[in-house]
Amino acid sequence: MEDSLWLELMILCLSLICLRFFYLVHKVTTSSATFPSAKRRLPAKTVICIGSGGHTTEMLELVKQLDTERYTPRHYILANSDTTSLGKVQSLETSRDHRIVAIPRSRSVGQSYFTSVVTTAYSTLYSVPILARIRPDLLLCNGPGTCVPLCVVAFVLKAAFVCDTKIVFVESFCRTKTFSLSGRILFYLADHILVQWPLLKSRCRRADYVGQLL
Amino acid sequence: MNGKRLFVTVGTTKFDKLLKTVTNEEILGILHKLGYNQIQLQVGNGSYVEVKHESIELSYNTYFEDFDNEIEKSDLVISHAGAGSCLQVLKKKKPLIVVINDDLMDNHQLELAQELERQGYLYYGTCSTLNKLLLQDITKLAEYPTSNKTLFAKYINKCMGFS
Repeated sequence: MEDSLWLELMILCLSLICLRFFYLVHKVTTSSATFPSAKRRLPAKTVICIGSGGHTTEMLELVKQLDTERYTPRHYILANSDTTSLGKVQSLETSRDHRIVAIPRSRSVGQSYFTSVVTTAYSTLYSVPILARIRPDLLLCNGPGTCVPLCVVAFVLKAAFVCDTKIVFVESFCRTKTFSLSGRILFYLADHILVQWPLLKSRCRRADYVGQLL
Repeated sequence: MNGKRLFVTVGTTKFDKLLKTVTNEEILGILHKLGYNQIQLQVGNGSYVEVKHESIELSYNTYFEDFDNEIEKSDLVISHAGAGSCLQVLKKKKPLIVVINDDLMDNHQLELAQELERQGYLYYGTCSTLNKLLLQDITKLAEYPTSNKTLFAKYINKCMGFS
């Protein structure tokens, strides 16, 4: 008797989370970007999703422009094999308040499709307790493939009332006319989409263009 | 009269075809006529055969820690289409020629080069059109505007309710 009650409660909870997931997807995709009206006083816990190569350079260039008092602590999530990006993050932050979280790489270059499904699933699950512990107020990403699983996890946690994270996606500088695959997936999850070329804005009603960032 | 300096960069990629094209007889001849007497090649992960030329001094390096300084010293930069390299050169306001690696199926790099050329910031082409590219008038290129460093912070502040 006891067991089946627990089971039923579990199923009920999961279905509520599912329902809220779709409700939130509906909310972010249909409403044109809503900016909070209440003034924020507490600093925002920030998670910055670091990809590789050009994405990292670009992201750090943008993070550099943020007010460090307002966006603190800053957690950088990157693949544990990516020592180049690690070096770049460390040289930007030096002694400032930041944390670096390494997660297993979801896909290595040349890895087969089937095994990459398994490793992606693993790195996605691995990031669940990390994000649940940080409970970020802001998740910043700019479109390496690795940022999609993180955004999905943050979004599910949001649906489960674990955290209230604003997901902000900045499309990469090299995208002038078309969105990247990550971007097209994040249309459904990101609260705000920022593009760097005016042409792209016409491709997505929700996207914002504020001028030349880099 | 002092000669001009050319900087050729492939970033961290492997783009041997560009290195080979820049150092072939025809291109070196054009460069010599244009008044270049120094070429610095940054070869990344590629492999190359060192070329000697009677009136142009060529030097090869794998990577530069201080890229900006190399760009600063040069009169013209020939670069692969990587967004990072292009931006670095444009920010230094140096004339830039971008060579697309047509062996790579990375069309969003092409997309960027096209857009930047349309706005008059650079010339782009492939290895086989480099000879024509070099004859373009680089003084006609527009200066890449310096970005406003507060725009991004303002936007995120608005998203988070700080402003």
